Amino acid sequence: MTWSDSDKSVGAYALRLGDDALVLAQRTGEWIAAAPELEEDVALGNIALDLLGQARSLLSYAGETDGSGRSEDDLAYLRDEREFVNAQLVELPNGGFAVTMARLLVFAAYQYELYDRLRESRDETLAAVAAKAVKEVAYHRDHATQWVRRLGDGTDESRRRMQAGLDTVWPYVFELVESDDLVRDLAGAGLAVDPAELQGPVMGYVSGVIDEATLVVPQTSVRHTGGRRGIHTEHMGYLVAEMQHLARSHPGAVW
Amino acid sequence: MVSAVTVAEVRGLVADVPDPEIPVLTIADLGVLRDIRVHTGGRIEVDITPTYSGCPAMDAIRTDVLNRLRGAGFDDAEVRLVLAPAWTTDDMSEAGRRKLVDYGIAPPTGRASVTGPVALALAVRCPQCGSVDTRELSRFGSTACKSLWACTTCREPFDYFKVL
Repeated sequence: MTWSDSDKSVGAYALRLGDDALVLAQRTGEWIAAAPELEEDVALGNIALDLLGQARSLLSYAGETDGSGRSEDDLAYLRDEREFVNAQLVELPNGGFAVTMARLLVFAAYQYELYDRLRESRDETLAAVAAKAVKEVAYHRDHATQWVRRLGDGTDESRRRMQAGLDTVWPYVFELVESDDLVRDLAGAGLAVDPAELQGPVMGYVSGVIDEATLVVPQTSVRHTGGRRGIHTEHMGYLVAEMQHLARSHPGAVW
Repeated sequence: MVSAVTVAEVRGLVADVPDPEIPVLTIADLGVLRDIRVHTGGRIEVDITPTYSGCPAMDAIRTDVLNRLRGAGFDDAEVRLVLAPAWTTDDMSEAGRRKLVDYGIAPPTGRASVTGPVALALAVRCPQCGSVDTRELSRFGSTACKSLWACTTCREPFDYFKVL
């Protein structure tokens, strides 16, 4: 069996979406037993699990379509840092709770608009994954929205922290809506969604929530990028090391 | 060893496999059991679909379905995970909804929208005392499919199977 260039491109695209979900699942899971209250441990644990499920579907499909024959576990546990193609936003440390909620607001808003459009993809698998995931992401977006409103329009201290959370993640949000030749070609073929198309709806939703929370949209010209080409922040290597430790220490182990 | 089996017979064998996390529900009640095909030559394929993308129960359900089939002498069987059409709480049977109440879990209220904002939970009835004077404690609960509620009348907490 041979793989066409088109299949390989779909595989590369699925890998980007899958790595975003996988890395944020790993980060979000760090909150379990460390969140401000028990209900939040449970909420963030469930959100991480949804993301992990999406990552499993997407990475399995990436391995099938890129011609490499790699399994979801091969892709998650046996690639080095530079081979991950997630956006840098999802690898940033959790920071305080407000930083985590600022990131979740932006990322869930992005995933919601993305999956809502990807449901119409001519690629049946990507469409099926998106149709399932968009319903889960609606709950994630709603959760982050409620917290950003509550903390922003809360006490002086919660407001200060929520604004600082937005300021921390803002230089990383534009990478989510960057285009390149791969996604433009796939979008032209009706297989993918061009991220540039998402900028308006995502920013519209996020700035609406920021406004309701009586906060301000950060004004910065700093825009970090490179994740889709394997360029990551200094935090990524540590995340990968922790995520892969067990699988690499016991090669071939199953459970 | 076994003569030709019908799809209905296979369905009868596997339909009451329980959900490992809410064992009062069967995979048929939940709507997790989808298509069943019996091929000439006797090969059996059973399709199941996850409630949530990350539902950890799917591996256990797959194993349980295969064990049922093998126990009945059907070794040439495969369980396939299908994603489309996406599962929704609308797929849950009326019998399943009644079993949930008896078990102490409030069933989903209203219909799921195909897409759009999170559905408002309308008048969630306390499964213990029947009061509708209830409030949400947390949008997320002990499993991905549930949220945590409390009853203002009897003061008991309970799980609500949220609309998806």
